[in-house]
Amino acid sequence: MIRFEDVCVTYQDAEGRPTLNGIELTVPEGELMLLAGPSGVGKSTLLAAVSGLVPHFTGGTLTGRVTVAGRDTRTHRPRELADVVGTVGQDPLAHFVTDTVEDELAYGMESLGLPATVMRRRVEETLDLLGLAALRDRPIATLSGGQRQRVAIGSVLTPHPRVLVLDEPTSALDPAAAEEVLSVLQRLVHDLGTTVLMAEHRLERVIQYADRVALLPGAGQPLVVGSPAEVMAMSPVYPPVVGLGRLAGWSPLPLTVRDARRAAADLRDRLGDKRRGAVSTSGSAAARDQPRRSRTRRRREAPEPVSVPPLAETDNLAVRRGRREAVRRISTTFRPGEVVALMGRNGAGKSTLLATLVGTLRPHTGTVTVGGAAPHRLSPRDALRKVGLVPQDPRDLLCADTVGAECTAADRDAAAPSGTCRALLAALLPGIADDTHPRDLSEGQRLTLVLAIVLTAAPPLLLLDEPTRGLDYAAKARLVTVLRDLADRGHAIVMATHDVELAAELTHRVVILADGEIVADGPTPEIVTASPSFAPQVAKVLAPQQWLTVSQVREALA
Amino acid sequence: MRTGRTWRAPVAHRSNSLHPGAWWTWALGLAAAASRTTNPLLLALLVGVAGYVVAARRTEAPWARSYGAFVKLGLAVVGIRLFFAVALGSPIPGTHVLVTLPQVPLPAWAQGVRIGGRVTAEGLLFALYDGLRLATLLICVGAANALASPSRLLKSLPGALYEAGVAVVVAMTFAPNLVADVRRLRAARRLRGRPDRGLRGLLQVGLPVLEGALERSVALAAAMDARGYGRTAQVPPAVRRATAALTLGGLVGMCAGTYGLLAASGAGYGLPVLLAGVVAALAGLWLGGRRTVRTRYRPDVWGVRAWLVAASGAAAAAVVIVGAARDPAALQPSVVPPVAPALPVWPAAGVLLGLLPAIVAPVPEPTAGRESEEGLSA
Repeated sequence: MIRFEDVCVTYQDAEGRPTLNGIELTVPEGELMLLAGPSGVGKSTLLAAVSGLVPHFTGGTLTGRVTVAGRDTRTHRPRELADVVGTVGQDPLAHFVTDTVEDELAYGMESLGLPATVMRRRVEETLDLLGLAALRDRPIATLSGGQRQRVAIGSVLTPHPRVLVLDEPTSALDPAAAEEVLSVLQRLVHDLGTTVLMAEHRLERVIQYADRVALLPGAGQPLVVGSPAEVMAMSPVYPPVVGLGRLAGWSPLPLTVRDARRAAADLRDRLGDKRRGAVSTSGSAAARDQPRRSRTRRRREAPEPVSVPPLAETDNLAVRRGRREAVRRISTTFRPGEVVALMGRNGAGKSTLLATLVGTLRPHTGTVTVGGAAPHRLSPRDALRKVGLVPQDPRDLLCADTVGAECTAADRDAAAPSGTCRALLAALLPGIADDTHPRDLSEGQRLTLVLAIVLTAAPPLLLLDEPTRGLDYAAKARLVTVLRDLADRGHAIVMATHDVELAAELTHRVVILADGEIVADGPTPEIVTASPSFAPQVAKVLAPQQWLTVSQVREALA
Repeated sequence: MRTGRTWRAPVAHRSNSLHPGAWWTWALGLAAAASRTTNPLLLALLVGVAGYVVAARRTEAPWARSYGAFVKLGLAVVGIRLFFAVALGSPIPGTHVLVTLPQVPLPAWAQGVRIGGRVTAEGLLFALYDGLRLATLLICVGAANALASPSRLLKSLPGALYEAGVAVVVAMTFAPNLVADVRRLRAARRLRGRPDRGLRGLLQVGLPVLEGALERSVALAAAMDARGYGRTAQVPPAVRRATAALTLGGLVGMCAGTYGLLAASGAGYGLPVLLAGVVAALAGLWLGGRRTVRTRYRPDVWGVRAWLVAASGAAAAAVVIVGAARDPAALQPSVVPPVAPALPVWPAAGVLLGLLPAIVAPVPEPTAGRESEEGLSA
């Protein structure tokens, strides 16, 4: 269905270095193929080459041949492939042409000139297939993230393309919304025989659905194609369940929690013998026979709750956005050295709470205190020294055209000695040249740059909004090290995240928000193991023992 | 209420929703009525009629919120008109001097321009009436904007104009996105410890905002192309040439015809040339439509209710226009000397016909629309 024959793609500004080199790939009809690899190796370029957007739209030189359903993308422009390829990019909002759900579903078919009766029937079918019937008249601007992603998929499905190309369909979604989207893909592959090619960083979510995996191990390197288990055995990027499998030496490598559980009986026994496993869940009857504190928890030790005064405090806080109460009745504290994860659905009020803590939004009722002052009353200059926020899109904070200028500006803003920001950046992530344009950095590098800028003013309270969106596993591991180090030096860190693996790895405390209210607040192990949608894979595999991450298990076995 | 046949308007959904053209006809009818009068009572009645219909029939869609903006714009127009009347004086001769402002002496070449000086009640009243009329026109357009989805109206354009229409829709979404971007980036400036208020803050986010907008436009263009925007059918070259000739010829004919109608001497050839031009241009559009392969999904139907809504606007316009011809004094109340305006009965009754849409148009269903949480925008 899709064939790449010796494909090289070179962009003009890449100084002759090809982004893709010698790609040979055949995706047969009806297959769901997952494209994996670290960030910045050309996954998006490969996907865009299928729909013809590379090179027709992006420029650059493509050598070799890409054919889709027998049509050569060299001679067919993207619009002439629109009836065989449906493409959904990383940001569904950039994809919408019309303003309501039903019109959006019909748009592609209108362009192809399908008869009115056919269009009507397919829109109804697609509304049912994707569970969008209740939303049909809604303006797209009012939809949640998961709903938007489903509408975007639906809008390319209605012309009945034979190939569906998806770039990171679940990265921005909460776990439940991601399940929603993936179950739709599953139905497409099974019921309609659609060929799916998709790239995704969050392998733990998608690997089990893939028929085969194509791995791009590095920029310009050839593809490795094979069954998921084969490829995962040698991949530089892998989900925690595979990490556990590699550690325990299971063969064949399990890809799902279910397979891993079946193989894990032995490992559970070994860990049980070590009697180190369980992290205390004081008060829970199931864990009463477990040792109360474990050695593995040493590094995650939360600071003593009584002795230190809290850095930030909210009391009965309510914040409105327009007429909607985005958060209400929030009473919580954040202490120095503590790492807290805010979790919950898209739109549950996580970003609102962070914006209130940093002073961008003001409380409607109740109080918020950061470092002894109300943040919305502080001047931006004073607020900077008390609290820093890394926003969802780090690009918002960048305005200079080189990394060096950005660092100088940060020193000036924070009235820090010159060179502070640059030194921080070098410590966090060496090897970023001063004259690089911030837009040319990878997602992970850009995040680190913004983190360095925010830390220049040394705020005791550090807030991060979805820091791992678009990060590969390596960048994520680096971020974890950096944040852990900051917490050890007494910063309080609060992050809104959908990434349960990150929460399990890094945080002391998890606060779950639903509909603007706190529904759960407690030590990470207790909270994440209590609910299946927030439990990390390792916890699911090794339950009822409370291990959260592969590194804990590795330490225990060592 | 008895079961069986009821005359109450049904709940709106996609297939019975009113044709946007009907809303525009209605609103332009009211606007035409407003343009014929300066009677403040009649203008207030028009604003009331438009406001009531909007309140009764607007949806919760984003464009429906634009009505408030148009009302504010109208008030601003009245304010500006009054300000100019005070500051620059008014050509209206008046005897009731309210206040005399110090006059700025101007050189001889600026004769006829006056800054400051006498402010008369007559001048102010004239400016008020004039401003009110303009504000009413704006509010009528705002009502149409709030009631009819702009993109649905563009869907009713002939096929040949469709692609231009999409470009307009995309351009219209540009503005709200830009506003959201400015808000987000100004909030982000606070995170860097820079003042997030004031003009300077606004100017400094200008470049990043434009960059973001440009990036989004490129992404949208790519998405549209990948979804088949701009696919064309093969047409024989003869047809293409005929299309171009007809469209160009038609437009030239329309220009010449209009000139003939308006010029003092050419009344004889004006009308036929104009008509021929219109016919040629329409034929050109129709032929041009053959090049696009597009079809339309659930186009809006022009039904009985649409006729009623359009007719109510047209009727209001007709009654006021006839009234203006018969009794100009009632519709243009005298300002020199100032008299208290009276409400002319027949034109007022005509304007009230404009309330018909509040009864016959389908009722929008109240939806509990949840705004999505978007970054830091407050």
